[in-house]
Amino acid sequence: MWRVGEVVAVRDETATARTITLEIPDWPGHVAGQHVDVRLTASDGYSAVRSYSIASAPNSKRRVEITVERLPEGEVSPYLTRELAVGDRLELRGPIGGWFVWRPEQTEPIQLIAGGSGIVPLMAMIRSRAAAGGTAPFRLLYSVREPESVWYRDELHTLSDRDHSVSVSYAYTRATPKGWPRPPGRIDAALIASTTWPSKLTPTCYVCGPTSFVESAAGLLSASGNSSDKIRTERFGPTGDRR
Amino acid sequence: MAIISRGFSGRRSAEAGKLPPGQYLTATFPVLSAGPTPHVSLDRWEFTIDDGKDVLRRWDWKSFRSLPTETFTVDLHCVTRWSKLGTRWEGVSLDTMFADLKTDASYALVRSYGDYTTNVPLKDLMNHHAWIAFRFEGEDLAPEHGGPARLLVPHLYLWKSAKWVRGITLMLQDRPGFWESLGYHSYGDPWREQRYSSDP
Amino acid sequence: MSSQNDDYLDGNAAAGELSKIFAIDVTAAEGRCAHCGATGRFAEAHLYMQGPGVVARCAVCEQILLRFVTVRQRVFLDVRGMTYFSFKATEP
Repeated sequence: MWRVGEVVAVRDETATARTITLEIPDWPGHVAGQHVDVRLTASDGYSAVRSYSIASAPNSKRRVEITVERLPEGEVSPYLTRELAVGDRLELRGPIGGWFVWRPEQTEPIQLIAGGSGIVPLMAMIRSRAAAGGTAPFRLLYSVREPESVWYRDELHTLSDRDHSVSVSYAYTRATPKGWPRPPGRIDAALIASTTWPSKLTPTCYVCGPTSFVESAAGLLSASGNSSDKIRTERFGPTGDRR
Repeated sequence: MAIISRGFSGRRSAEAGKLPPGQYLTATFPVLSAGPTPHVSLDRWEFTIDDGKDVLRRWDWKSFRSLPTETFTVDLHCVTRWSKLGTRWEGVSLDTMFADLKTDASYALVRSYGDYTTNVPLKDLMNHHAWIAFRFEGEDLAPEHGGPARLLVPHLYLWKSAKWVRGITLMLQDRPGFWESLGYHSYGDPWREQRYSSDP
Repeated sequence: MSSQNDDYLDGNAAAGELSKIFAIDVTAAEGRCAHCGATGRFAEAHLYMQGPGVVARCAVCEQILLRFVTVRQRVFLDVRGMTYFSFKATEP
């Protein structure tokens, strides 16, 4: 069933990504990791549906945040990141998903691996843990093209460098910050070994990003000894027309 | 009843032209698939016509490419509602491939590499209505759009134009293919908007 | 075994569409592939969903697990590709 939410705030995370805050009067609540389907309808009845992970922690305010990346060839993301304004309404279906979720009742070590926009549901998990005052050991390995592509930068910095509550490691695939010890490159076995929980601690792993990223990262986790039932994945990709 | 999204129009072309009912014009060429793109090497590729028992005709890539070809410009209409007008192709007419073939069959099951099938009345493949196409807009047909070769039968919805085509099985009786067995129309005429099996 | 191309999503992407018929979350549901016998969560299935319908394929052998089409107010579901599809029972 489709619910209607009102845009109450928008915030640019980077030059191409925007967080949209929606207030949904009949929102039933959600769990970190779940997503919503958003439906846009033109005046002639043409409609498009896209899935977006919920970025915000569960809260009592009937508010949901999604972070949308503007895809140059996209049909929906340019509208959501440039046209949609405070006061507009959006139709949503959800929350959706029961496997790729994290609940504060989970006390085991958690390994999060994000590729690009795959950070969104993992950020919801990090925020959910903070909101619940949780102490489960969390590590995040976040792969991006270049430093300007990092989403939620200040918040992640505070959590890792000031609060030491989540250990955050970055992998830069195209361009690194000045003086960065590791040359640009994708996640590999060495980086998994040096930044993620040892598999003998049997962490629950969550991997999210484009399909090829997820296949690669999940494969590396598996090769380093994590069993497949401890690796949960969510693949992002174009759900609209590819060309 | 959906709410209208202020200022949203989607990826549609400005000029409309004459489109079948319920279609929208697109400037792109969407890639829609029911499975992974098969990668068929040309030295293994073959196209066969069979009657369910015997292979009646077989071409490998070399013999297929030595058949006379045509270039043609057609409009494409996908049941997911996008239409693309004026697309240019090169291919072998099915009239050429069926030349001198005698059959009592009235129906064809078109088979693709992978597991895709679609059913078409045989007469809809004849008389300049269909081609096995291998070049699109002057270039070799890309795998994501059905290369090395796909069926093109543009007077029907595009799901009938099977990508990665590998052969045709002649049938005495009509049998539904991949989408026809799951709610889609057996014939699929876009001008009569025959999208679903419940459509007249 | 991984696909030669990564043009698929996974069961999470189809969960919204499948909520039209399954009242409970399908991503955590377990299934057994009728072709190769592999078992797994539906969240890990390979999803192809840009065409006329939704097709879920086994992550191990790429054979079809289920197909799903929405036709106006009706849905068509083919689950012949699974020996079973198992959900956690909920109290009515």
